[in-house]
Amino acid sequence: MLNYFNPSNTLKIINKLQKVVFALFFAVLVLGLVEALILSPEDYKQSDSVRIMYVHVPAAWISLGIFTTISALSFGILIFKNKNFSLITKSLAPSGFVFNIIALVTGSIWGKPTWGTWWAWDARITSMLLLAIFYLMFMLSWKIFEQKDKDKAIKLSSYIAIFGLINVPIVKFSVDWWSTLHQPSSVNVLKDTTIHSTMLVPLGIMTAAFALFSLLIFLMKYNTELLKIKNKGLDRL
Amino acid sequence: MIYEILNMNGYGVYVWSSFVFTLVSFSILYSVIKIQLNKELKVFENKFKNLEAEKAEIAKKQNTYKGILVKTSISKI
Repeated sequence: MLNYFNPSNTLKIINKLQKVVFALFFAVLVLGLVEALILSPEDYKQSDSVRIMYVHVPAAWISLGIFTTISALSFGILIFKNKNFSLITKSLAPSGFVFNIIALVTGSIWGKPTWGTWWAWDARITSMLLLAIFYLMFMLSWKIFEQKDKDKAIKLSSYIAIFGLINVPIVKFSVDWWSTLHQPSSVNVLKDTTIHSTMLVPLGIMTAAFALFSLLIFLMKYNTELLKIKNKGLDRL
Repeated sequence: MIYEILNMNGYGVYVWSSFVFTLVSFSILYSVIKIQLNKELKVFENKFKNLEAEKAEIAKKQNTYKGILVKTSISKI
């Protein structure tokens, strides 16, 4: 299983996959935008401002999902000493960070017409800001230490990701644990989903488009990291 | 019809700015990663061209280098 992530095997697959994922992403995004901006109904309370949900919620979900994946793989890096995992986590971070920023900015824009303020130190917003800081620290640890001491960069970034994992359930359950401006989640896996299907469908399509975009960025970044290794390999031939 | 879509019951500024910010962020991230990828491909191409003939032949036979060479102008030579 671990050999599946071997750079030698994946390079060819990645090159082919990139084009397919880009085409799929573009098609799903266009469909999602039409659904989100034109076909989906307005909300009886929030009117058309509810459409911000179609970019805000998928961005928040994916940034949280990516960070959880990075943290889980970081355990793998420290326990199994698998260096391919560190390439994967490093390649996942940029898209996770950008999705985190998108969630914060669009949330702020949505807050103005809904709550009357651009920003509040509400538990959900604050924990999402903390997640962005963890992403930033993770990427900075690579930026600062990669050239000087790669092993230190791998270890430090892994510790940051594992420590940041504490924040993930806080983001998820903050709306249940504390009284916040955010409403409790409307889309649930284990409980009933309270959102109407006419809004759930565009939300699902936009989430798929965002997931495909993060996959595309991951593949490109992973390819770049493999090339860096191969460039060093050419010097040693 | 178009005015209704743009205005969105007075929420147009908020809705459109959210979507535009998202799409601009996507474009910037894609461009930055694409530039990094092309830069590394360029470095590889230059290094490969400067390799001694014997070493170049060894590299060409290795699967990992074959995958990269397909993406560079070296494969067309």
